Amino acid sequence: MKYAPQLIKELYRYSNHIRQESVRMVCEAKSGHLGGSLSEADILSALYFHAMNIRPEEPDWEDRDRLLVSKGHACPGWYAALALRGYFPVEELKTFRKINSRLQGHPDMKKTPGVEMTSGPLGNGLAGGAGIALGARIQKKDFHTFVLIGEGDFQEGCTWEAIMFAGFQRLHNLTCIFDYNDSQVDGPTHEILDVVPIKDKWIAFNWEVFEIDGHNMVQILDALEWAKASHNKPRAIVAHTTKGKGVSFMENQANWHGKAPDCEQAEQALKELQEELP
Amino acid sequence: MTEMKMLREAFGDALVKLGGKNKRIVVLDADISSSLKTGKFAKMFPERHINYGVAEQNMLMSAAGIAATGLTPLACTYAAFASMRACEQIRSMICYPNLNVKVIATHGGIEVGWDGPTHQATEDIAMMRSIPNMTVVVPSDAVAVKLLLEQAVELNGPVYFRMGRNPVPVIYTDQQQFTIGKAVCLREGKDVLLIAVGTMLATALKAADKLAAHGLKCTVMDMHTIKPLDEIALLENARSKKLVVTLEDHNIIGGLGGAVAECLSENDPKHMIRIGVRDTFTESGAPQELYKKYQMDVGYVVQSIRQFIKKIRISEEEKSEG
Repeated sequence: MKYAPQLIKELYRYSNHIRQESVRMVCEAKSGHLGGSLSEADILSALYFHAMNIRPEEPDWEDRDRLLVSKGHACPGWYAALALRGYFPVEELKTFRKINSRLQGHPDMKKTPGVEMTSGPLGNGLAGGAGIALGARIQKKDFHTFVLIGEGDFQEGCTWEAIMFAGFQRLHNLTCIFDYNDSQVDGPTHEILDVVPIKDKWIAFNWEVFEIDGHNMVQILDALEWAKASHNKPRAIVAHTTKGKGVSFMENQANWHGKAPDCEQAEQALKELQEELP
Repeated sequence: MTEMKMLREAFGDALVKLGGKNKRIVVLDADISSSLKTGKFAKMFPERHINYGVAEQNMLMSAAGIAATGLTPLACTYAAFASMRACEQIRSMICYPNLNVKVIATHGGIEVGWDGPTHQATEDIAMMRSIPNMTVVVPSDAVAVKLLLEQAVELNGPVYFRMGRNPVPVIYTDQQQFTIGKAVCLREGKDVLLIAVGTMLATALKAADKLAAHGLKCTVMDMHTIKPLDEIALLENARSKKLVVTLEDHNIIGGLGGAVAECLSENDPKHMIRIGVRDTFTESGAPQELYKKYQMDVGYVVQSIRQFIKKIRISEEEKSEG
């Protein structure tokens, strides 16, 4: 067995906690984006608790690996992962979207430790990540930059400018992870503006692609290891995920993209998640 | 004969010197490096020059990323594309987190001429000026470019550095001192205050000469930093004047004229004339012909100031007689 069962269990526990904290935050704030936070949780867990070379106690350490969450609306999941990893107290998650908080409605790199790049307006994260990867190359640093994107990012033009650029520049220190849950604000992505074929698009732009089940921890770890291994092209991980993952009444429901659960719904969601806790 | 020099040429030369001194400078282009005159820098420091092709949004967003690693990127393109195509990247991704990106924009204003309104940026100063954290610098000649660029690079935060396309008179000597945020007063006269930026400074100086022949003495200021505006110098120079005139190759809404009017109306209201593009799209043509047709030439400036002063005098006389 490649990974110790204990490690896999541990990472699933963290993804479960990321989901629970996300539900609590959005319920407390009475606004925010849960669907995408729940779909990205396993990926965040694998990155922060295993794959990335980071020092939460020294968030500006210059040789750290970077993660940019381009789908900035899904920051409840990101903030939860950062807090659980020790960037700031878990208690602080309660201040999400409230006045005087470090946890803005969309990520602010100058306010929140661990947030590598401001995000929210979709389609910018990959271009920013390519800039960081380029900055690393110019300064002969060998850290790795990951960018997490969603369908909205994939539909925005600037993402494609960045994909073309990174492919041409052979930014091998850059990995794009596509949290592909086939769902966006107005409904299923395949009904609004389909993004398939995904793999062929990326290959055509000189990237290498790995497709995985974005909720299978072993596959996620394999993909991240592949991404960090030495090669000469940027790499994309297409993670097939479920929007609202882990909460039965939110799964694959586009209307849970940006809706806050009321107390009763939040309690139900937490109960389901706690029952699933490994 | 006055020496003429293109500001972008001065920029390209200054860049090579700065690049040698400051190893953190990285120059980004969007397929118009030949126009922005960054070729010498690219040749000297190829590892610190990146061409993005025609993809301005990617270039500005990439600049944000590069700045986040501690380097100082200078993203170079035409003013129309920087301010409009990449406005979101500049506003939300560079200025909001206050990243150290310098936006180098040439071809600002209608003096672009022949290329027509799509390439004539006449709203860029207004847009950039209204974004928090942004510093807006509009040098008026080759000397100003060199000295202000050096400070723009040293300043920690975003800067919009706007130049024109065509050769313009060299106004300053190398001994001239420049400080970002401090206006330069080139001439003092008691009647009218002329405040200009960029290529319109030469027009202001010529107009001041002609007005002197008509007995009107002008103070001429170069407001090379539109944001932060040098309010102290502005109010001091405006204090005893009958009329304040702003001159800019930009829409009269929101740019230098707007900035000066905002400051004066809050502190010391004055009669004003705003010389610039009068909220219209212009057209293709030779720059001097456009300036004449769109009322931005020396002749129009002199005529409108004389008419205004005459009007003020008549109304003052009527008041004193009444």
